[in-house]
Amino acid sequence: MPITVQVPTPMREQAGGKAEVAVAGATVRAALDDLVRQYPGLAPKLFDGGKLRPYVNVFVNDEDIRYLDEMDTAVADGQTIALIPAVAGG
Amino acid sequence: MPTADFVTGLKCRVCGKLYPKAPINFCTDDFGPLEVAYDLDRARQVLGRDKIARRPRAMWRYRELLPLDGEPSVGPQVGCTPLIRADRLADALGVDRLWIKNDAVNFPTLSFKDRVVAVALSKAREFGMRTVGCASTGNLANSVAAQAAQAGLDTVILVPADLEKAKIFGTAVYGAKVISVTGTYDEVNRLCTQIALKYGWGFVNVNLRPFYAEGSKSMGFEIAEDLGWRFPQHVVCPMAGGALVGKIHKAFTELHATGLVSQPVTTKMWGAQATGCNPISDCVKSNRERHKPVRKPDTICKSLAIGDPADGYFAAKLIRDSGGWAEDASDDEIVDGMLLLARTEGVFAETAGGTTVAVARKLIEAGRLPRDEEIVLCVTGNGLKTQDAVFEAVERPAVIKPSLAAFEELAGVVGEPVLA
Repeated sequence: MPITVQVPTPMREQAGGKAEVAVAGATVRAALDDLVRQYPGLAPKLFDGGKLRPYVNVFVNDEDIRYLDEMDTAVADGQTIALIPAVAGG
Repeated sequence: MPTADFVTGLKCRVCGKLYPKAPINFCTDDFGPLEVAYDLDRARQVLGRDKIARRPRAMWRYRELLPLDGEPSVGPQVGCTPLIRADRLADALGVDRLWIKNDAVNFPTLSFKDRVVAVALSKAREFGMRTVGCASTGNLANSVAAQAAQAGLDTVILVPADLEKAKIFGTAVYGAKVISVTGTYDEVNRLCTQIALKYGWGFVNVNLRPFYAEGSKSMGFEIAEDLGWRFPQHVVCPMAGGALVGKIHKAFTELHATGLVSQPVTTKMWGAQATGCNPISDCVKSNRERHKPVRKPDTICKSLAIGDPADGYFAAKLIRDSGGWAEDASDDEIVDGMLLLARTEGVFAETAGGTTVAVARKLIEAGRLPRDEEIVLCVTGNGLKTQDAVFEAVERPAVIKPSLAAFEELAGVVGEPVLA
């Protein structure tokens, strides 16, 4: 079973209309690199100058990667990476 | 009141891209937050102090600067809470001129959230939505539930499971569907974003957030009008998501831009948090550009327990740029702040109000907040909702038999009788 990336609605146009994309990689960074390799149109939405944009939160199995090892967080087959807009709440 | 809409659209606070009015809260290019933009030059031509003064005492007297297309259909009586000259608290804190903006008595659910919800639900109706909801630390849940009941909207409200009983009860009583989530507020919030994106419901602090947050400006409009159309030198604000402090400042900026207040905005903005959840005050104090999120907030001040505040960056920046500062208070200091406010001004605020008083005291004692300048403290919620926090700190009443002798046996109560 590959790693699944959940793509939020406003990014789906650049992901061939898909809500979920199967990727490979041992870390979040590698998995997202694979996502962008498959769908290059996602690169400017997710990254700015090679860094993850500040208003995109990344979750591995529902845990925010900022509480794990950020982009170096290990991921394994069968896990889910969710990309979620950050500007909500309060 | 004729309808007048001065909203030009939604603007990304990161890249400036403009979007038409729609239930969206982030820029699709960079995910930056969207904020409502107005044609203030055109608003300036129709607005005047006399015109506003003739209108009913409610937040809608500033309607040209609130983001509705037509008449407000939810919360017509919200806002215009008292601005109290707080001389006894000023004496206790050792400052000359102090006011309390008292949203502990806001209508209908006793917190400043009634303002944002009145705008969000009126807007939800303009968008034709039938189901509304929110992620909440309590006060917002109460307000969405009550005002949605009045508007006849279906509600889905998600809260952290460890919330105060009074706040969960005070939501369910209005017939709202309340879902307790075993997680932090930030986890509830993330789940609501996923639900809003999938189901398209009107989550007031997710996809309706740009409109919702504008409602907080009314607190700033009222402070300036009640001071005689001028700005205070200092405003101390509690911070959870960090939006309120920014919106009060935006309100002042718009009053100046529309000519309602000629004085330029030089108000210093000060932020208050609980030490057990202090991402924004920590960001200011450690001079970091962006806050470090708090994974597990641990404080009695649950209404401010947002570990990853959406407006953290903007709140910290505004506080620094305006010349203010931020501080946080321990649980004991928060309780002391609640009691001090209650015992000097007769205002029973919730834990967030205790936090604001406690932080103001620390900033004054540290020499940061000047003792001889005008200070407004924002009290945003009511102590009746967080009684557990102060219950142990308040003396129990004496119990006696209904006899004069028993009464006179009480030490320290009886003085000299006036009649022999």
